[in-house]
Amino acid sequence: MDIEFMRRFLPMYVKAAGLTLRLGATGIALSLVVGALCCLARQFRVPVLRRVAGVYIELARNTPLLVQLFFLYFGLPKIGVKLSAETCAIVGLTFLGGAYMAESLRSGLEAVDAIQHESGLSLGLTPMQNMRYVILPQALATAIPSIGANAVFLIKETSVFSAVALADLMYVAKDLIGMYYRTDEALLMLTLAYLALLLPLSIAFSLLERRLRHAGFGGAV
Amino acid sequence: MENVLEIRNLKKSFDGNGVLDGISLSVREGEVIVVVGPSGCGKSTLLRCVNGLEQPDGGEILLDGRPISAGNLVEVRRQIGMVFQSYDLFPHMDVLENLTLGPVKALKRPKAQVEEEARQALARVGLEDKLRALPRQLSGGQKQRVALVRAMMMHPRMLLLDEITAALDPEMVREVLNVVLDLARDGMTMLIVTHEMRFAEAVADRVLFLENGKVVEEGKPADFFHHPKTERARQFLDTFEFAAVKKA
Amino acid sequence: MRDLAVLFKGNNLQRLLGGLGVTLELSLVSVALSIVLGLLAGVLMTLKNPVVRAVMRLWLETVRIVPQLVLLFLVYFGMAKTFNLQLSGEAAAVIVFTFWGAGEMGDLVRGAITSIPVHQRESSAALGLTRGQTWRFVLLPQAARRLIPQAINLTTRMIKTTSLVMLIGVVEVLKVGSQIIDAARYDAPQGAVWVYGAVFFLYFFACWPISLAAGWLEKRWA
Repeated sequence: MDIEFMRRFLPMYVKAAGLTLRLGATGIALSLVVGALCCLARQFRVPVLRRVAGVYIELARNTPLLVQLFFLYFGLPKIGVKLSAETCAIVGLTFLGGAYMAESLRSGLEAVDAIQHESGLSLGLTPMQNMRYVILPQALATAIPSIGANAVFLIKETSVFSAVALADLMYVAKDLIGMYYRTDEALLMLTLAYLALLLPLSIAFSLLERRLRHAGFGGAV
Repeated sequence: MENVLEIRNLKKSFDGNGVLDGISLSVREGEVIVVVGPSGCGKSTLLRCVNGLEQPDGGEILLDGRPISAGNLVEVRRQIGMVFQSYDLFPHMDVLENLTLGPVKALKRPKAQVEEEARQALARVGLEDKLRALPRQLSGGQKQRVALVRAMMMHPRMLLLDEITAALDPEMVREVLNVVLDLARDGMTMLIVTHEMRFAEAVADRVLFLENGKVVEEGKPADFFHHPKTERARQFLDTFEFAAVKKA
Repeated sequence: MRDLAVLFKGNNLQRLLGGLGVTLELSLVSVALSIVLGLLAGVLMTLKNPVVRAVMRLWLETVRIVPQLVLLFLVYFGMAKTFNLQLSGEAAAVIVFTFWGAGEMGDLVRGAITSIPVHQRESSAALGLTRGQTWRFVLLPQAARRLIPQAINLTTRMIKTTSLVMLIGVVEVLKVGSQIIDAARYDAPQGAVWVYGAVFFLYFFACWPISLAAGWLEKRWA
């Protein structure tokens, strides 16, 4: 191992990690929005929209992100839809993540006891008030672990962005292998970089999960 | 006296199985009606129809002379309190938040005033020290007393109680039923489904015996429990008498 | 629309399907190995021995946190450099996917075993069943019902993840797709949208029935 070499290229990794994190965070945030919209469309049985949401979820969950990206980045420009690599990355990640988030939120909602719905309604809350004050807080608490797992999964998935020429962590590592043949150093730093990004996130979510479970949320106790 | 609730020829079926088959009933102001009958006789469905949790297939239900419809459900539910078998406190809120949610959000009453009222109401059921407790920190009996207070916080025209002691240990049943007896004494109009026959006798002004979705017998508790008119009611009441099946 | 024809030109469609075959073959070999090793790993994960627990935990966290593409690079490029062992892309893929899949499968097996309530074991004992009988008639059937749908889901994840192997030079469906596009660059300038669209749906129709089956079993056995 050449420590000097690693030190020299550390700034490149830091910059790349910044891009990975930025794209990942944007994708996760948008995924939550898309997921929540799909979930609401299905929960409130909005005509047409709930079918669209259902088809979308199946499509996104059963195809790889890399293929989605190739279609967006190499395919669409040929019919006049030109998106930047970054836009493609975010659109792709959101397309994938939205479906996963929708499923997490749905299972959270399903875990809330039916009698909780009825108690809220029998207090005279409107369906929206009932959703907001009674059902959603409980559903979210139940869904947190799986939302966390999705977040980690989505950041991991960003590793394919290098395939559409985004200078993310993977891309930098490939560059160093290609240009300097410093395979060991490049791969070690790559692995450490992902650990540095994802380990804290993973630990944070498992702590949060423990706290929520301790508070006796979700299941009626 | 004025009828608070009027049920006319109520019908409800699930997947072609008739659960309520033409029920009619009038409940006067301050009257306590207890509905008894074997499992699956439609007791709970009757209560759930009154609160609009189930959509009736036929007949009509009037609250203070106004028919209940899909259009005024939220309004109606604010005037009818309901307490379920169990597990209906909101687990993510403490007792005070459970009590104030309805009055503050649904009725838009000032929070400080509602909180003061909640404090006093809790004290009346002996739970003044549980204001900040979470539901999981309460015993079953305490939870149900809070659930009763929560329903009363809406100042309802009437209360629906759906087997509120069915999930409780015997020693906790008493503390919950005492609260209901107090409410009856204060003149609260109630429609109660229960399996506690002694309690039914003590609290009821009128008893309704339901079987297969029909009212089989109706009468004063003293008559119904001691001199039932129908054979079906006699058989039903016998199932609560272990003396009848003494080791021969 | 005109360029849709590129899909059916010559033996292009056949080649794409052949590429899908490579994808499915790699996934199925990895899944099969993952199931066998995962069953073993799952039993190990339920043991109380602190050393075994720590090792298993470390393994599982590693495959959960390090992206599969990074693992592929580590094995494909790293092995070549460090041990002078030039693996084929296919071999690297099977090693990585099995290392990952067996870890995930192990955790599913552990979850399925520990999810069975203690009183099931106790009431079996009270019936006079032996340890072996308890496992065979009471515990395993319950664990299997929980495990099988999740294991099927792992298969679809495996198939989807196989798309990454094109990035270490394996010619699978996505790579065949880009070869077709390259070859038809002048005849069918809009070919990319159709070919990648077709690859998208090939993946979808490979994974979707499996997802449906998993969902159906889950509901049936819930």
